[in-house]
Amino acid sequence: MLTDPAPTTSARRADRSPRAGLRRTGPAVRLAALGVLVLVLTAVYLVTDVPGSLSYALEKRSLTVLAMLVVATAVGVSTVVFHTITQNRVLTPSIMGFDAFYVLVSTVVVFTAGSAAFLTADPFVLWAVQVAVMVAFSVVLFTWLFGGKRRSIHLMLLVGIVLGTFFRSISEWMQRMLDPLDFQVLSDAFFASLTRPDETLLLLTAVLVALGVAAVVPLLRTLDVLTLGEPAAVGLGVDHRRVVLTLFTVVSVMVAASTALVGPVLFFGLIVANLAYSWAGSFRHVWTVPTAVALGVVCLLGGQLVLERALGFGGALSTVIDFAGGLFFLYLVLRKGAR
Amino acid sequence: MIALEGVTKRYAGQTVVDDVSISFGGEGVTALIGPNGAGKSTLFGLVGRLVRPDAGRVTVDGLDVATTSSQELARRLAVLRQDNHVAARLTVHDLVEFGRFPHSRGRLTVADREHIERAIAYLELDAYRGRFLDELSGGQRQRAFIAMVLAQDTEYVLLDEPLNNLDLRHMTEIMRLVREMADQLGKRVVTVLHDVNFAATYADRIVAMREGRVVADAPAREVMRPEVLAAVYDTTVDVREIDGRPVALYYG
Repeated sequence: MLTDPAPTTSARRADRSPRAGLRRTGPAVRLAALGVLVLVLTAVYLVTDVPGSLSYALEKRSLTVLAMLVVATAVGVSTVVFHTITQNRVLTPSIMGFDAFYVLVSTVVVFTAGSAAFLTADPFVLWAVQVAVMVAFSVVLFTWLFGGKRRSIHLMLLVGIVLGTFFRSISEWMQRMLDPLDFQVLSDAFFASLTRPDETLLLLTAVLVALGVAAVVPLLRTLDVLTLGEPAAVGLGVDHRRVVLTLFTVVSVMVAASTALVGPVLFFGLIVANLAYSWAGSFRHVWTVPTAVALGVVCLLGGQLVLERALGFGGALSTVIDFAGGLFFLYLVLRKGAR
Repeated sequence: MIALEGVTKRYAGQTVVDDVSISFGGEGVTALIGPNGAGKSTLFGLVGRLVRPDAGRVTVDGLDVATTSSQELARRLAVLRQDNHVAARLTVHDLVEFGRFPHSRGRLTVADREHIERAIAYLELDAYRGRFLDELSGGQRQRAFIAMVLAQDTEYVLLDEPLNNLDLRHMTEIMRLVREMADQLGKRVVTVLHDVNFAATYADRIVAMREGRVVADAPAREVMRPEVLAAVYDTTVDVREIDGRPVALYYG
């Protein structure tokens, strides 16, 4: 009774996509390959080109590696989760005004207390205030937009974009009235820096990010169902509202913690998440989430190695990420349009 | 049974479902008909817990939809929505696997795999199981989604306009399948249909809605009368008997 022209049985399993060869290896093998790459890069970064005492270099550098791991985890996990919830792969949590809010909070601190206070303040207090304010901001935003009767992801994104612009405008206005020296100090804080992390803050951030990961892992399979969209997910027994609120909270905490630690990395999540979708070749979050994290570490470590050892520059990795990320973002948008 | 008791739903002051009390989901196929904006999809949304009622109560097998866990309900009731846009690239097999989520939360057991295989075989999708959804024709896609609903293994199956955007052959194909699901697999199917002739041919019972109210609820043949259909759709409909079957004529 069903008479669609069916392909022959022998051709059934044959892949038509250009990435057929890639897909045949399976996402597990490809994730393992990335894992090996991460280990090799870490080893190379730790033990090569040591100017003085090896143990001193190891100590300093392992902190940098840990910072990269923490940032890559926070950004990779939160971006993939955010993409799935919003069903959009060109957005990042930063579009929700996160980075703009971080800039605003820092600017307000310098504006009211001066750069001296900003530099001499206990870094833990500064970090804690920034994390608390950012998480509070996003939780208020989510509960306002998701708690009421109107539940719309699009409305939330729009509000996020509008608020982001608003925050940026206020920050710029304040920055214009700053002392040039204060402004200099402030600008430095906005370039993400991975090479000089504060030890205590790094550990605190690592704990927060680990808690976030622990919250996301049991939801990985539920996230797969969320790719079908809200109506289908609800039909399949997902408590959509609760799951999405949980995930948004986790995303907020992770992004806030990592931003307060190293500064804003605007496009980084976008790059690693989209590369992860291609590399994993599977929609399943069991693969895409760890792949995004591993790719994040590879990008950060690899980028740092190239900048530091091959080109001899220091500390400007975020500039490169934002530049490459901007180009990649344009590519994604244009490719979508061309389809 | 699926029961609504005094259910009302308003959007921005406009009453979309107006104090509806009805129970459906008996054996066989029930067709829900009515003009655009009659509240059919909202009614499905209320039963499928996507829409919360402003007043009244919805129950499935006596379980209140508002208080029962979503997972519990998903084991009794499967809903196929009208608009099934999927952002990610999924294969047919991936999609059908999702039907088992209410039972296994994503960790498939042997029994789950059997259900998946049965659903794929029943919909004759074996040759397409590795294909991506965006590589399928409209009819094949719809069959893949129905396979997912079948794999969910529920007593009640709600289909919201399953014939949307399908050509004649695929429309009949899907409706025959719906009939078979009810007759062979014992599913209690409730489906929104726009074409009253499909409803009359394949459904046992027709529920007609208009302006948020149920205006007719009877065996299919009794609803297929000019005065009933004219009142439902607010347009003249002629009904002729052809080969012993009532056929509505509403063209020209």
